[in-house]
Amino acid sequence: MSEQHIKLPEGSIEKTTTTLNLGPTHPATHGVMQNILELDGERIVSAEQTIGYIHRAFEKIAERRNLYQITPLTDRLNYCSSPINNMGWHLTCEKLLGVKTPKRVDYLRVIIMELARISDHLICNSIVGVDSGAYTGFLYVMQYRELIYEIYEEICGSRLTTNIGRIGGFERNFNDIAFTKIQKFLDEYPRVLKEFENLFTRNRIFMERTIGAGAISAERALNYGFTGPNLRAAGVDYDVRIHSPYSSYEDFQFEIPVGTTGDCYDRFLVRNQEMWQSLSIVEQAFRKVQEFKGAEAEVYHADVPEYYLPEKKDVYTKMEALIWHFKIIMGEIDMPAGEVYNSVEGANGELGFYLISDGGRAPYRLHFRRPCFIYYQAYEELTKGAMLSDAIIVMSSLNLIAGEMDA
Amino acid sequence: MALTNEHIKQRLIEKFDTQVSSFEEPYGMLTFEAPKDMNLKVLNFLYDDAELKFRFMTDLTAVHYPDQPGRELAVVYHLHNLEDNIRIRFKVFTDSNKPDVYTATALFSAANWMERETYDFYGVNFVGHPNLKRILNVDEMDYFPLRKQYPLEDQSRVDKDDEMFGRGGAIGFGTEKTDHGTITELEKGDVGEEIV
Repeated sequence: MSEQHIKLPEGSIEKTTTTLNLGPTHPATHGVMQNILELDGERIVSAEQTIGYIHRAFEKIAERRNLYQITPLTDRLNYCSSPINNMGWHLTCEKLLGVKTPKRVDYLRVIIMELARISDHLICNSIVGVDSGAYTGFLYVMQYRELIYEIYEEICGSRLTTNIGRIGGFERNFNDIAFTKIQKFLDEYPRVLKEFENLFTRNRIFMERTIGAGAISAERALNYGFTGPNLRAAGVDYDVRIHSPYSSYEDFQFEIPVGTTGDCYDRFLVRNQEMWQSLSIVEQAFRKVQEFKGAEAEVYHADVPEYYLPEKKDVYTKMEALIWHFKIIMGEIDMPAGEVYNSVEGANGELGFYLISDGGRAPYRLHFRRPCFIYYQAYEELTKGAMLSDAIIVMSSLNLIAGEMDA
Repeated sequence: MALTNEHIKQRLIEKFDTQVSSFEEPYGMLTFEAPKDMNLKVLNFLYDDAELKFRFMTDLTAVHYPDQPGRELAVVYHLHNLEDNIRIRFKVFTDSNKPDVYTATALFSAANWMERETYDFYGVNFVGHPNLKRILNVDEMDYFPLRKQYPLEDQSRVDKDDEMFGRGGAIGFGTEKTDHGTITELEKGDVGEEIV
């Protein structure tokens, strides 16, 4: 055991710079992470990050679990948009198992994923507002995040760590209340988002705080492995939904907003624009779902009895369902051996799953490519020479989620 | 979209001859391996070549295969050519007794933390890394937890008195040990009873 975790530089008593601990429980870090800033007056000389405070060894735990038991682990990565993580995991399993999902399932998934993206961007952008002194936006949009959570609740029963869906589809069909609530969201949200934008986009205080803060060039952003809105703010139009479409994203019309300078203001604008695009995707998907008629309108999962848990009432009344239920729960089914990398466009970047199976019941190796973890290392470069107040706003505009960083 | 897996494979073989091997395409992604002291040469070639342009490092991680003597640890790079939108997977294998692999930090800034994470969990020593120390685990840890010789907690262990998690406590969970694990008092009581 070393004596102390935080090592002060030699002769730190006489030094002219100040060491400041930002985190791990500082209110402005919005998550458990630590930055040791070296300040000259109010200018940042260097920043060193310490992470891992909520590391839970998911990759190790996953090596003993069945595929469906890993979904709750993925909830806890980026917990602001758990459904995207869940879907990403299901899609990875489906790729490994060669499952083809029906169109209606794809569209329902798209609705959920885009709602999750909206709720994530909403939090991130309003937190940027809070950190620049504007609390109003945050409180105002909170009720629409609440509405999104209510929609999750109708579909899967939980709100934050959703564990939504199954391999092959959903555990149950969307009920009428869910559709009504989605419709309500589609009707009301544009007005709210417009008002939210009015509060910030041309707000002089907000602009002066964010323009030029934490800027990064496209080249550096790529070298740092940036993905998602942070990369797009730097001007690179890379989006997994377009580059390797999954869950029938190729059926939808949408644009990829890009920025130019990669600073906090651009990141804010890109996220706002993405919310408009997501809204339009939800609308399109909602229309497409309504078009299914007859038996097709009842489809909510693919036919994969080996992996899809049968409905509970069938388990009690039908022999076959009981057998499958038993086999799945007791882990009697070996998955095919293989090696697969699959990624989805998470709310803050490319969320990848690298899964190696040796033909057993649990993965031989599972690795999560967590976008946060990869781009947080650029933090020092983003803040060097900036003011302390910029450091805070850069942190929130990067959308760092400790759960995802630490896995 | 001129770039295909077949073409990338040809280019690699032209350049490195027999040193690149084990070409596979699991689920459509070109996968190959090279000797570990070649890793930077291969990465550099993939990065600089005017045609290949694999300039985005998507992921870097390791896998432990304890049953392959001399090749226990695999370091896996996922690279992406964003212009032609094609991904490849590149592996180098190393001995777990001397797990030295050259660092890719000079080429990709993104590799910095990913290599630290790989070191943290697998003990791969990235030679030349600017700051190779643990990142997610505590500094005092003296083993590499994702290696296969470190199992997860035995689920049938009985030495923990932990009522909150259903082990031990008032109703006698986890009291009798058999070859197959632990029989709880509750389960014993249920045996033979009618299931309603």
